[in-house]
Formats: sequence, C-alpha cells, structure tokens
Amino acid sequence: MSAPDGHGHPTLRAYFLVFGALMGLTALTVWAAFQHLGIWNTPVALAIAMTKATLVALIFMHLLYSPRRTAIVFASSVLWLIILFAITLSDYLSRSWLPIYTR
Amino acid sequence: MADAHAAAPHGSSSPLRHHFSSMAAQTEAASLGMWAFLATEVLFFGGMFAAYLVYRSLFTSAFVGASNLLDIRLGTINTAVLILSSLTMAMAVWAASKGRKNLIVLFLVLTIALGCVFLGIKVEEYRQKFEHHEVPGPHFVVPEGLPRQSEIFFSLYFCMTGLHALHMIVGVGLLTWLILRARRGEFTVEYNSPVELTGLYWHFVDIIWIFLFPLLYLLGRHTL
Repeated sequence: MSAPDGHGHPTLRAYFLVFGALMGLTALTVWAAFQHLGIWNTPVALAIAMTKATLVALIFMHLLYSPRRTAIVFASSVLWLIILFAITLSDYLSRSWLPIYTR
Repeated sequence: MADAHAAAPHGSSSPLRHHFSSMAAQTEAASLGMWAFLATEVLFFGGMFAAYLVYRSLFTSAFVGASNLLDIRLGTINTAVLILSSLTMAMAVWAASKGRKNLIVLFLVLTIALGCVFLGIKVEEYRQKFEHHEVPGPHFVVPEGLPRQSEIFFSLYFCMTGLHALHMIVGVGLLTWLILRARRGEFTVEYNSPVELTGLYWHFVDIIWIFLFPLLYLLGRHTL
C-alpha cells in the first residue's frame, strides 16, 4: 500500500477500505457515547475521532505518499494547537487553586 | 512565435509556469502551499475548539444537557454523508491523476450533491433550533431543567458548525469551478493540481466535522 519513493498514489482498494473503516468507526463512536464509561466517554470519543482524522489525512489526503516535509508542515500546526490548548487551560483550570480568585 | 505557442498543450497558456523547472516541481510546490494554508486553518478552527474546551470545563452540566437537545439522528446521517463525499472526492482526484475527463466530472458532481445534502440537513437542524428558541440572542429561552449557561453551548454550536458550513459552501463553489475546467479537458495525467488541492481542502473540512460531531452531539449521551 505504501509507496517507498514517496510519489505514489493509493489504490482504489485503499480508498474503499478507509471508507469502510470510517463508517465503522462512526457507528462505534455513536454506540460508545451511550455506554457508561465514567470519565472515559470523552477520551474514547476523541481517540476514535483522531483515528478517523489520521486515516483521512494519510490515505485520502495522500500524506503517506507525500514528501516528509509535507507531513512536517502539517504536524507543526498540530504542535501549535497543543500549545494553544495547554497555555489556555493552564490559566482557566488553575484559577480555582488560588483562594483569592472566586468565580 | 505562433508556432511555439501552438506546440503548448493548451494554446498560449501552458499549465507549467515559467518559474518552475518541471511539472513535478510545480505540483510539489502547489501541494506544500496548500498544506501550509491548511495548517493556518487548523489554528483558525483551533481558537474555537479552545473556547469550547474552556467553557465546557467551566459549565460541564450545561454543556451536557444542551448537547442532548441536538438531533443525534441527523448528526449521524450527516457524518456518513460527509465521509461518503470524501470518498467521491478521493475518486475524483484518482480519476484526475489518470486524466479520465468524464469520470472526473461524474465524481465531482457526486461530491457536490453530497455536500448539498449535508448543507440541507444542516439547514433543517438550524430550523428546528429556531423553532425551539434555542438560538442565542434576545429570543433564547433557557431549556427546561438546564442551567442558563446552556446558551453558551448553543453559541459555540452555531459558531463552529456555521464556520464549518461556510467552508462547505466555499468548497461547493470550488468544485463547480473544477467541473467547468474539467469539461474543457484542462486536467490531464500531467496537470491536475487544482483537483488534488481542492481534494485536500474538502478532506480537511471533513476532518473538522469528525471532531465537531462527538464534541457537540455525543458528549452527554451516556447521561440519558
């Protein structure tokens, strides 16, 4: 399935397999949402979403078959996204730790 | 002079720009540029996801209750429709890489049709929200038994799905433009970057929905 030279295209078979996996994962995430998983409901939903997003990026968007630098460009945006979330939440979630701040 | 131009595959405007040494170099540069644009889009939507994260952690019960008022059936159908449209888009890119003009047009038309089905279902969902006074603003009525911060959930719901729908509308416009060009036979085995780059955009919009769906529709279902 992967092209060693980095310039190939996925086969139609790969597209149909990914499509089937995406549909299956959608059904799985809807089913899982109704289960009582305690604090794990959201982590499970996000793990499924990330799996689906990775499949779309690697196969539908040809990231698996593109030059490595393309993947680096896209990965850098995810890195900045994590920084955005981490710094924002480090403020909001830590406010209640101090007695001087009450909402 | 005229003879030199006639030798170019598409009259006077050859798809290979003079500042690229080869078509392969041009295609790679175009693809990298599109990915760089998509990286900015990640952070564009990222701001809204950060707002969602903050308000959901502050008002968890309001978010859980308000989320359960969304129509999970329509949300799931729309997820399936969008994934199917990503498949037809991938097939259009595949057809373009083979230079199959009629197949490109067919798959692009299918993609537009599925995109319009998605937007139509979205309109119906918005209509229901207006009917139930769940649209933030002066006519918002706090749903029974829910904290008043449920209005914040609906604000984020409309902003995030609205921005997503706006991207879909732009995508439908791009696909229409591609169909017109494909019908003129502009896309060949050699030159098909516009189809490929629009494909990247369309799949990216699909990825955004893949995250919006569980975060907006599914977060509180286990409490029902």
